Amino acid sequence: MSTETKNEKSVVLDQDGHLANREDWTKELAQDLADHEGIGELTNRHWDVINYIREEYEKNGDAPSIRKLTKESGVSTKELYKLFPKGPAKKAAKVAGLPKPKGCI
Amino acid sequence: MKKIVILGAGTAGTMMLNKLSKALDPKEWQLTIVDKEKAHYYQPGFLFIPFGIYEKEDVIKPKDNFFPKLANVVYSPIDRIDAENNVVHLQNDQKLDYDYLIVATGSEICPDEIEGMTDELWYKSIFDFYTIEGAVALAEFLKTWEGGEMVLNIAEMPIKCPVAPLEFVFLADDYFKKKGMRDDVDITLVTPLDAAFTKPVAAKSLGGFLEEKNINLVTEFNIGRVDNEQKKIVSWDEREVEFDLLVSIPTNMGSKAIERSGLGDELNFIPTNKHTLQSDEYENIFVIGDATNLPSSKAGSVAHFESDILFENLLSAIEGKPLEAQFDGHANCFIESGGGKGLLIDFNYDVEPLPGKFPIPGVGPFSLLKETRMNHLGKMGFRWLYWNALIKGRELPLEPQMSMAGKQKPKIIEQKTQTLNLN
Repeated sequence: MSTETKNEKSVVLDQDGHLANREDWTKELAQDLADHEGIGELTNRHWDVINYIREEYEKNGDAPSIRKLTKESGVSTKELYKLFPKGPAKKAAKVAGLPKPKGCI
Repeated sequence: MKKIVILGAGTAGTMMLNKLSKALDPKEWQLTIVDKEKAHYYQPGFLFIPFGIYEKEDVIKPKDNFFPKLANVVYSPIDRIDAENNVVHLQNDQKLDYDYLIVATGSEICPDEIEGMTDELWYKSIFDFYTIEGAVALAEFLKTWEGGEMVLNIAEMPIKCPVAPLEFVFLADDYFKKKGMRDDVDITLVTPLDAAFTKPVAAKSLGGFLEEKNINLVTEFNIGRVDNEQKKIVSWDEREVEFDLLVSIPTNMGSKAIERSGLGDELNFIPTNKHTLQSDEYENIFVIGDATNLPSSKAGSVAHFESDILFENLLSAIEGKPLEAQFDGHANCFIESGGGKGLLIDFNYDVEPLPGKFPIPGVGPFSLLKETRMNHLGKMGFRWLYWNALIKGRELPLEPQMSMAGKQKPKIIEQKTQTLNLN
């Protein structure tokens, strides 16, 4: 683990670029992570998705698939790709402070 | 008289019926199996049909050939399971009550889930090979095709037999070479995954084969629609891949009867205990094969290993004992790689496919994650074993639990972390 940065506002990511320690996550950090991913200002719709996938992760130990997300969160696939462009499953998990979704085998 | 009802007489259901009919006293137990179709398909054979290696007749036998004499066989589509009242409603208006229910209703492709997939080009320039109809239509098409862009697209995961798309492009490469037209065909595999396969060690070695065979790979492509006019597939993030021939592996979903019964997840797969194979919701319902939501491969070998576990646990349940047999996610798949060669992978929930020898450590005769002629012979010989032993519930010399013996353990790579500065 690299510790060279003594910067006050820094955070450790895992090898997939997701938050390494889930306990580091805060709502403020979510906005920082969104900025880093080029997503910009988080809106209520972003938060609907973030809150939903965090709940799912608590329940199942994995972030939901896009299909499950769109079926249960009320956000359509099209909107989801607008909110989290290029790979919403991964991007949303990054902002929500969750590891890379395991997905399916 | 106590009753066990098995829904679905495919690989998993037929195996369970045969195992149970040998073990249970027919004076005490009535066994019923339900299926909508009278033909049993050897599904691993569908892959070979488009290339003229197998004909339709090679993969079909009557289901009746494989049932024990005393079983009660009902041919009808299922309307729904009323799990609260332990009764199954069939579409022929029959009602079957049960003490225990085994759900083996499998998975099916749902091309209608993708916008434009089943429009004017369907079965003209767009085919599947997961149904007998699709495989046969594609074989006809390929006979006279003059070449162009062949695109194989996986719509979304999970799919039945996750190695089949790779086998398909390997066999296509071989097929066009033999026809002397490989230079006229561009082959591209377009997948929602971030590599050629789901598991890293295997993905690396299989990805190498793609390169060697000059097959293009497009990753992280989640198909949003098919543009029939311009013959291209378009992803949700607006990337496009043009095709002259699209071979699609559409969304795979569990049976509609599961949806009607309110027992499925978003893909109509049934939430199932990944170790005991008991339904999460109902103690007297067990689930096997593609119908489960387990994080294992959807494959005949998985159903076979599960059948040993489910058999043991169902007998325990009947005797009021705890369910002690544990499924470990074991899968064992031959991968046809073209040119009369093949690979073999053996893995479970926790251990990804690794190189080595199988089943006898150091000896084989099969080689894991390596291309050999013997692996190909194993794949082709398996059809005989399937019809004559596997679905009849006979013992095969394979343990349900995966073994590490004969496998080379990978070096443990330390996780690399990075620090992100936010100021």
